[in-house]
This record gives sequence, C-alpha cells and structure tokens, in this order.
Amino acid sequence: MTAATQPTVRPAGLKAPVIRIGVVQWMRRNLFNGVFNSLLTVVVLLLLYKIVPPFVQWAFIDSFWTSTAEQCRAGGGACWSIIPANLRFIIFGFYPYELHWRPFLAMLLLVGLLLYSKNRNHWRRSLLWMWIVGLVVMGTLMKGGILGLTAVESDQWGGLPLTLMLSVFGMVGAYPLGILLALGRRSKLPAIRTISILYIELIRGVPLISMLFMSAVLFPLFLPEGVTFNKILRAQAAIILFTAAYIAEVVRGGLQAITRGQYEAAESLGLDYAQKMRLVILPQALKIVIPPTVGILISAFKDTSLVVIIALYDVLKTTKSALANPVWMGFSPEAYIFVGLIYFVCCYAMSNYSRRLEKELHS
Amino acid sequence: MDPQAITTCPRRSGEDKIIEITGMHKWFGDLHVLNDVNMSVFKGERIVICGPSGSGKSTLIRCINRLEEHQQGTICVDGIELTGNLKNIEKIREEVGMVFQHFNLFPHLTIIENLSLGPIWVRKKPKKEAEEMAMYYLDKVHIAEQAHKYPGQLSGGQQQRVAIARSLCMKPKVMLFDEPTSALDPEMVKEVLDVMINLAEEGMTMIVVSHEMGFAKSVAHRVIFMDFGQLVEENTPHEFFTNPQHERTKLFLSQILH
Ligand SMILES: Nc1ncnc2c1ncn2[C@@H]1O[C@H](COP(=O)(O)OP(=O)(O)OP(=O)(O)O)[C@@H](O)[C@H]1O
Ligand SMILES: [Mg+2]
Repeated sequence: MTAATQPTVRPAGLKAPVIRIGVVQWMRRNLFNGVFNSLLTVVVLLLLYKIVPPFVQWAFIDSFWTSTAEQCRAGGGACWSIIPANLRFIIFGFYPYELHWRPFLAMLLLVGLLLYSKNRNHWRRSLLWMWIVGLVVMGTLMKGGILGLTAVESDQWGGLPLTLMLSVFGMVGAYPLGILLALGRRSKLPAIRTISILYIELIRGVPLISMLFMSAVLFPLFLPEGVTFNKILRAQAAIILFTAAYIAEVVRGGLQAITRGQYEAAESLGLDYAQKMRLVILPQALKIVIPPTVGILISAFKDTSLVVIIALYDVLKTTKSALANPVWMGFSPEAYIFVGLIYFVCCYAMSNYSRRLEKELHS
Repeated sequence: MDPQAITTCPRRSGEDKIIEITGMHKWFGDLHVLNDVNMSVFKGERIVICGPSGSGKSTLIRCINRLEEHQQGTICVDGIELTGNLKNIEKIREEVGMVFQHFNLFPHLTIIENLSLGPIWVRKKPKKEAEEMAMYYLDKVHIAEQAHKYPGQLSGGQQQRVAIARSLCMKPKVMLFDEPTSALDPEMVKEVLDVMINLAEEGMTMIVVSHEMGFAKSVAHRVIFMDFGQLVEENTPHEFFTNPQHERTKLFLSQILH
C-alpha cells in the first residue's frame, strides 16, 4: 500500500463567514449602482406604474366572470365569462357534445402517461409498452366504432386533445428519428450518410407550412388508388418528419462534443456499435443538448397551431371560431389570453422539467 | 468465403505466442508512421516500449486492438488475424485490455457501472455477478470504497487505477498500456505503478508504452526502443540500459536519464 491510498483526515477549518446586507444596501447594489442603472430603474418603475394598475383594474376589479355577453358590454372590464360559456367548444371543438367524456378521458390518459414518464426510475422497457397500450386506448376512445362506442370520424376531432396529441406524439416520434438521423449523418457508410444529410438539409430548407400542405395535397398522390390516409395522421407525420431534422442537428452537436477517448474506451472493451452508442456516447451527448432540444420541442409544440391551414381545428382555431359567434364578438383579448395561458402552462412545464432533468443528470 | 467467419492464423504447435506482428506498415496520409514492424509477444511476457515523441509507439499498440488500422502486413492476436472483419475485431478487443493516458472513464456512470459495463454487455454476465467481479477488482486496486462515486469525483491516480480495473474485469489475455502515468501528478505515479507491478507478478501479458525506467528495469522481460516508426533495438532491461547498441538508443537514453 502506498501512502497516497491511505485515507487522510483534513484538519478542521474555519467556517466561511456569512455576510448579511440590509434592504437599502441591497437596493443600492442592485438597482442604483451608477447613473445609467438608476435611470433604467426609474424608467422601468414608471412603465410598470403605467401598465400594471390599469391591467389589474381591467382583468380583476372591473371584470365579469359568469355574466352574459350583454352584461359584459355594459361594463368596462374584462369579460372572462366568454371562457366558461364557450369552454367545451374551445377544448373539444366539433366533437359530438354528449361524447366529450371520451376525448376528456383520452387527454387525462395522455397527461397521466406524461407525468408517469417524468420519473427517471420509470424509464424501463415496460414504459414503451405502456405508451403503446395508451396510444391504442386513446385511439379507441377518440375514434370509437368498437366496444359499443359510437364512431366519431376524425374530421370531427379538434381542440386541446388534438393539439396535445399532435405535439406529444410529434415529439415522441421525432426524438428517436432525429437521433437516428444524427447517427446516420456521422456514419462511416457513404450511402447512409448521404441520405441523412439530404434528408436533414431538405427538410430544414422548407417551412413547416409547406410540409403540412404537402402532407394534405401531395402525399395522397403517392399512395395507391383507394388508399386514404387520415388527415390528422398525415399532419402528424409531417410534424414528426419536420421536427426530427432539427433534433438531428442538435444531437449531432452533442455527439461532436464527446471526445474520441470515449469511443475508443468503449471499443476497446469490445462493445459493438449499437452498445457503444446506446450505453456510452448517446447518454452523454443527449444530456449536453437538453437545453436546445427542449427549445426545439417547445417550438414544435407551438407550431402545431399551424395545422389550421389544412383545416384541422386545434385549440387556437376553436378559440377563434368561438369568437366568430356574434354574441361574443369583441371579446377576443380575453379568449386569446386564455389559450395563451394554456400554451404557456404546457411550455413552462416542459422547460421546468428539462431544468430538473439536467440537474438530476448532473454528476 | 463466409464473410462472418473468423480468420485464424497458422499457429505452429508448441509455440506460445499471443501476439505476432509481421511486416506491418502504417501510414497517416503520406506520413509513414510504422515501418516494417516485426514483433512477437509470448504468453506472460512483459514488454516496455519507449522512444521519442512521435516515433509511433501509441500507434503501434493501438493497431493491436484495431483502434488504428494497419495497411500492410499481418497482426495475429491469440490465433486470430486482425482483418477488416468486424467479428474478428470485436473478438480480439474482448481479449485485449487497453489503458489510456487520459483514463477515458465513462463520466456518466459510477465507478462500479464503469467496471461492470463490459462484463454485462460483452461477456453477457448477470448483473449481480458482474458487480461482484467489479468489487473484486476494485479491491485489488485498493479503491473499493469509491465504488459508487462518479469518475469526476476521483483523483487522477484513482481514476487510472479504476481504468485498469475496468480492463481487468473483461479478463483479458493481454493488457496494453499507453503511457498510463504520464498524465498524472508526480505523487500519484507510484500508486498506479504499484498496481501494474502487482499485475505483472500475477503473470499478466503486458505491453507498456512508458518512460518510467524504474518500472521497465524491475518488471519488463524486454525493452523495445522505437524511432521513426521502426523497432530500432530490443533487449533485456539490464542490457538495454547498460549496453545500448545503437546510436539513437544511446542518444535517447542520455536524454531521459540525464
Ligand atoms: N490520427 C492521426 N492522424 C494523423 N497523424 C497522426 C495521427 N495519430 C498520430 N499521428 C502522427 O503519427 C506519428 C506517431 O504518433 P504516435 O502517437 O504513435 O507517437 P508516440 O510515439 O506515441 O508519441 P508520444 O510519445 O508523443 O505519445 C506522429 O507524428 C503523429 O503526429
Ligand atoms: Mg503516444
């Protein structure tokens, strides 16, 4: 045994001093340190004074929560009543009214699966099966036609369930595809590399809108006569194919950050390509790129609202349609603030989760 | 021919060569890094390779487990010829352990996971057995108490001992070391060398690229001097250090021994 391997005891040291500062000193240090910063502070305070009180007055004090449209028009505040009055249409679109419990259950199931998948201890093979079963159950609930459920054609689907499904399955599909493309782009086999590069560059060269148009108009041309493919599925495919190209480039960046030594160590243990990537390289590379990946997923989530252009009724479109009702005309800010909040809650949950995941994986 | 078949080398009976390199050349672009290398290693033999920087020492031992590809000549390891065949390469890598200058531990895995990765996935051992073996080797390199830490939490010397243990877990027939102590702070060199000396005493076949002359003198059966991609001189450590034959060897020794 050498001396260096023997545990040594560090002599007890001094505690780091705790420094407390008062409110005045904190303000001086953070808000008024210098002429420019003091000016900025004053301007910002003025702006806040101009904006916040009127907004609070409008949104909370003068507002209506459960009134009719006429009562709203008489008053001057926000008319939140538009939300409860149109809630079920905003959330479920043209789905038959008395069957709303079905998309509701499907949504609950989806959210439940997401919450369950958040925990890293649940990331086992069984999770994949749960998702597959969940997908089948959700599809059955939405579509019906078996088990005594009334059939509901997919052109009646819409609202929040549609938005959530397009985005969740868009991400779930795009992430692995993006990883494969990133690996393909770095492959030693020229054919695979060329195909990956072509794919990534082509997709990144067109806007999502045109992909959606193509999925609606062009795609059916390539299918054999008589085979029709559900419009929602086609939009879903377009979203997956589109997002995957962006994920691929981000993941490629992560792969480039892994040193050659890691590859060599894995290889010299005798791991084959798939094992090397799955066990050694990807866990490190994907972790590095969590922030940009989540950025892409968040924008993919918001981009699902573009499906309106192929006449799908996502939650933003159902809101807009609710506003078309003459009774509620003129209360669009309230309605848009409401959908805005829905989007915000989802996006915030994603970015919050990514931050937590990053911290958990930080070793 | 079946492309999946493992190419074997002709082996004369009674010989105990584990590595046989004949007429091997390697180029990096126009740079002739290895020039007609011929070398045999017997079971249980310990060889130290030294030579000036850029002489091709790393490249030579990296060719032995195909981290670099040679372009001419043959390399046989444990009766298997190294060709482009992936099966051959993976088979050989299972039998050849490698320790790197910069440790190359997997930073996202704990120490014990680093060690059990190969046994579980390559040797298909059950997890429990792999972890027991990992603990056995960690104990051997005097570091068992760190099993559940991450590599980043260990000192350089500790990390290198873990790297050695990680290779040993695969029960290799040959161990390759590429300057295992040259990235370490001086006070940590000895703890790593001690582990290597223990390994030598147990009869492991070792090829060590190193300028630790004390280690070479006490452990090596043969010392090989490389320069410009050629094996210039090889001899027993005693002869090598006291009676070098070539001018280049003399010059090199005078530089590193002052
Ligand atoms: N991947 C590579 N591509 C191109 N040239 C390389 C590559 N790896 C090594 N070389 C060159 O090959 C020569 C031999 O390198 P090698 O690493 O084998 O030398 P070495 O004897 O191990 O030196 P050192 O003592 O510095 O580690 C050097 O001139 C080096 O620059
Ligand atoms: Mg070297």
